[in-house]
Parts: sequence; C-alpha cells; structure tokens
Amino acid sequence: MAQPLSNETVESKPSLSEELRKPLPKILQTERRGRILTFVSSWVLIVILFSLLIFITSKGIAPFIKGEVSFSNFFSTTWNPSANAYGSLSFILGSLIVSVCAALVSAPLGIGAAIFMTEIAPNWGRKILQPTTEILVGIPSVVYGFVGLTVIVPFIREQFGGLGFGLLAGVIVLSIMILPTIVSISVDTFQSIPRHIREGSYALGATRWQTISRLLIRTSLPGLMTGVVLGMARAFGEALAVQMVIGNSTNLPFDLFTPISTLTSIITLNMGNTVQGSTYNSVLWSMALILLIMTLLFIVLIRWMTKRRDQLQ
Amino acid sequence: MADKIVVHDFNLYYGENQALKDIELNIEEKKVTALIGPSGCGKSTFLRSINRMNDLIPGVRTTGSIKIDGKNVYSEEQDLVLLRKHVGMVFQQPNPFPLSIYDNIAYGPRIHGIKDRKKLDEIVERTLTQANLWDEVKDRLHSSALGLSGGQQQRLVIARVLAVQPDVILMDEPASALDPISTERLEELIIQLKEEYTIVIVTHNMQQAARVSDMTAFFLNGEIIEYSETNRLFTNPSDSRTEDYISGRFG
Repeated sequence: MAQPLSNETVESKPSLSEELRKPLPKILQTERRGRILTFVSSWVLIVILFSLLIFITSKGIAPFIKGEVSFSNFFSTTWNPSANAYGSLSFILGSLIVSVCAALVSAPLGIGAAIFMTEIAPNWGRKILQPTTEILVGIPSVVYGFVGLTVIVPFIREQFGGLGFGLLAGVIVLSIMILPTIVSISVDTFQSIPRHIREGSYALGATRWQTISRLLIRTSLPGLMTGVVLGMARAFGEALAVQMVIGNSTNLPFDLFTPISTLTSIITLNMGNTVQGSTYNSVLWSMALILLIMTLLFIVLIRWMTKRRDQLQ
Repeated sequence: MADKIVVHDFNLYYGENQALKDIELNIEEKKVTALIGPSGCGKSTFLRSINRMNDLIPGVRTTGSIKIDGKNVYSEEQDLVLLRKHVGMVFQQPNPFPLSIYDNIAYGPRIHGIKDRKKLDEIVERTLTQANLWDEVKDRLHSSALGLSGGQQQRLVIARVLAVQPDVILMDEPASALDPISTERLEELIIQLKEEYTIVIVTHNMQQAARVSDMTAFFLNGEIIEYSETNRLFTNPSDSRTEDYISGRFG
C-alpha cells in the first residue's frame, strides 16, 4: 500500500532534477520569444544588405548589358553626356587619388598623436586628445565642407592662385575628417601591446624612442595599417564635404590646384537632375557600383590585415 | 671575492608607502644571490631598483645608494642606457618580442649600434648556444619567437639579455611560469652562467634558492632580516623569523 502512495507524491511534486530538465512552460515561452526576436533582427539585416547589393549591382550593370554604354566608353576620360560620352575614369581616379592623399597626410599625424597619447604622455595626453578625437568624429560632414568652403578654399586661392577649389582642398578637408579614425584605431593597437614587452625593451637599455620606433611600431604595423585603410575607405565614400570643395570639373586629378570630381561628387550633383531610366541616370548607378566594389575591397583588405595581426600576437 | 654590488642605506617609497627600509647588502661577483621572502616583502622591488626599472613607475622615490663597481647607479651622471646594458633583466613572464627568434636576439645589439650582419649572426649563435637553445631553434631562426614553448621563450629571453653583454643579470622569479622540466633546464643554465656573470634571482621557491644560489637574503616587510651563505641560511638560520619562513610556518 505504501508503494503507490509514494509514487503519487512523486508525480504531483517532481524532484529538483526533473524540474531542471523540464523548465516551466512560461520560461520556455520567453526563451522562444527571445530567440525569434534575435533571429528576425539578424535576418532583416541580411535581407536588407543583400537586396541593396542585388539592386545596386543590377542597376549598375544594366547600361552595359543593354548596350547603351560600352566598357571602353565608361572607362575613358571623355565625359560629355549630351554626346553620349560617359567616360568616368577621371572620377574613379579622382576618388582614389583624393582618398590616398588624405590617408598619406593623416597617417603620420594620426599615428603620431596615438604614440603621444599612449607612450609619451599617457595621462594628460589622453585626457585632452581622447575627447578631441571624439568631437571630431561627431561633427557632421556638411560642417566640414562648409568650413572648407569658407576657410580652406579662399586660403588656397590667395596663397597659390587659381580658384582654390580642387584636389588640395579636398585632401585637406578629408584628411581632417579621417584623422579620428586613424587615431583611435592606432591607440587601440598600441594599448593592446602588453606592458612586459615594453619593459623587456627598456631593460635591454633601449631609449623610449628606440622602443617606439623599433619595437612598438613594428609589432603593431598590421593594426596601424588597418586604421589607415579604414580611414581611406571613409574618405573614399565621403560625398558632401568633398563635393563642396573639390570644384566639380571633369579634369583629370593630376594637379593639386585644378577643380576635379570624384565618383561621390558626380553622383550627388547629378542624381536629382537626370531622368530615371535614362542612360545618364544608369551610368550614375554604374559609378555607385564601382564605389560599392571599392568599399568591399577595402573591407576585404582590412579583414586580411586584422587576421594577420591576430596571428602575429 | 670582490663585491660587485654594494647597497648602502637604501630606502624606496611608493608615494607615502615605504617599500624598502635601510637595505644593506653586498653582492659578490660571479655568484648567484637569491632573494627570498613572502609576497609583497619588497624583494622584487629591490631587484628592480638595481637596474632602475622602478623609474618607469610614477611616484617612486629613493634614498641611499646602490653601487655597481663602485659607481652609484642613482647618481645624476648615471646613464640609464649604459646601466641597463650592464645589468640585464629576466622577467617573471617570458616576454619575447613578437618578432622572429633572430630579431629578438639582435634587438639589443642593434639598439646599441651594431649593424654588421656577420657580427649579429655570430652574436645570435653564441648567445643561443650559451642559453642552451641553439640546437632547438637553429633551423627556425626566422620564425616567430611566439611559437616557442614557455621554457624555450624564457631561455630565449636570457639569450637576448646575454647579447648586450651585461655583467649582472637580474632574474625576477624566472621559473614561476614554467613546468618542472623547463625549470630544471633553467636552473642548470643559471648555474652555468655564474661562471661569467653575477646573478641576482628573486624566487618564491625555496628549494630553487637552495639549489642554485651561493648567497641568500631573506626579506620581510621591506627589510633584510638575514643575509648569509645559502647553506647556512637554510640549515642554521640565526633569526627565528627566517627559520619560521623556511620551515613553512608562514608565507
């Protein structure tokens, strides 16, 4: 008689291990709800990305497929849409050259500032430079462009003659804009070097400068390059500020003082003035595709470099 | 035997805290001197005072003198670069640079101005051989030093120190991160190195102190309680606190 009774109590009041194995339905429900929520958000992201990729790609290659524009036409330097000449090479080169030059100006400045913040004056250097870089990031690009337009362009005009608009003005504005990116990534890279590595160098009789130049910069090179490439990618994609100071002419970008154009400036200037579906409008999409491909290349490059850095450390 | 390092009335403060009190110590040339004592007793701080690594820590103040070959390392004329060239240091954690094995060894000679490739090759081979590592790494001198085991890394770091030709080597618990076999090899190396170098070693391991050192100093709360020949200190300590410590009653 005792046996069934005890069985009954077990059924009505399950043991702790059973309770843990079978959570309450309410817990299961919140568990499921959380999973669905995160699942949906990640898929929304993926779907948005891929629809953008597909949309831009199909729009971008359409004029070539339809035969409205040939590759040799597109990759030439003659831009005259009214005569069906859609040569975009000078804009592609313009984008590349202006971003590379901006990175070349910013890299030594940014890495130098990062060295100052981490190695030379870690206390007050950080206290001042950290908020400075954060504020620089927060300033909207139209403000950078406006300042460039009212300060840098007239300055160049007075010092070097010409219009003032052009490659140099674009490089100056962009190099200031990408400086914080390079600084913050370089700071992170230097800070990730363990203290005992520095001590090892000092204990061998190295001076601070020797430690910085021969050990720290060398070991953090992949990380520093990541910052520079990231900055370059940002410069490459920047439209508004560049368009305001670059001059927007179709010249080849081989002179610092001539007005030129970039892919982004051409797109922003003309997207509203062209008829949807016209060849002119489609060619703008092809330029957007070029921008997209270049950005992807930058990202691949950065991924590869960070992977190499992680392997080294 | 000549005294290599003479410490007189040495005090060290971290801000308001006094970490070392009236240290008096004569360290003999080409001997191994062990510094033992419980954690926080100041033995590592003292070791780092000898090559002035404590200068890197803000708020450190010292009085008194540490003389190496009769010259006070805390005098104003002391060139820190020269001091650290003469007084090498091996740390608790093996700290090879994230460079190749070859570049790790060549780092020191290069910063002191040696550029000749042949000379560097010769230094690399000689110091790695001295550190009993040459046979293990001679075929991969140009691969990353981070691929070595902990014990190999520690011997690499010792070879790196030897490459700048010091006369004193300071070791801060060099075996604490190593397995027993690597520790044994390291201890063999230390005994071998004292033929040519004056070695000061901080250790938590009393058997290790007994095995490798000629002289032992027992630190407690920033003071040297007892300093004598290792044999005597371990078999017949004159201070009861030393006896308590080495017999494991505290620490």
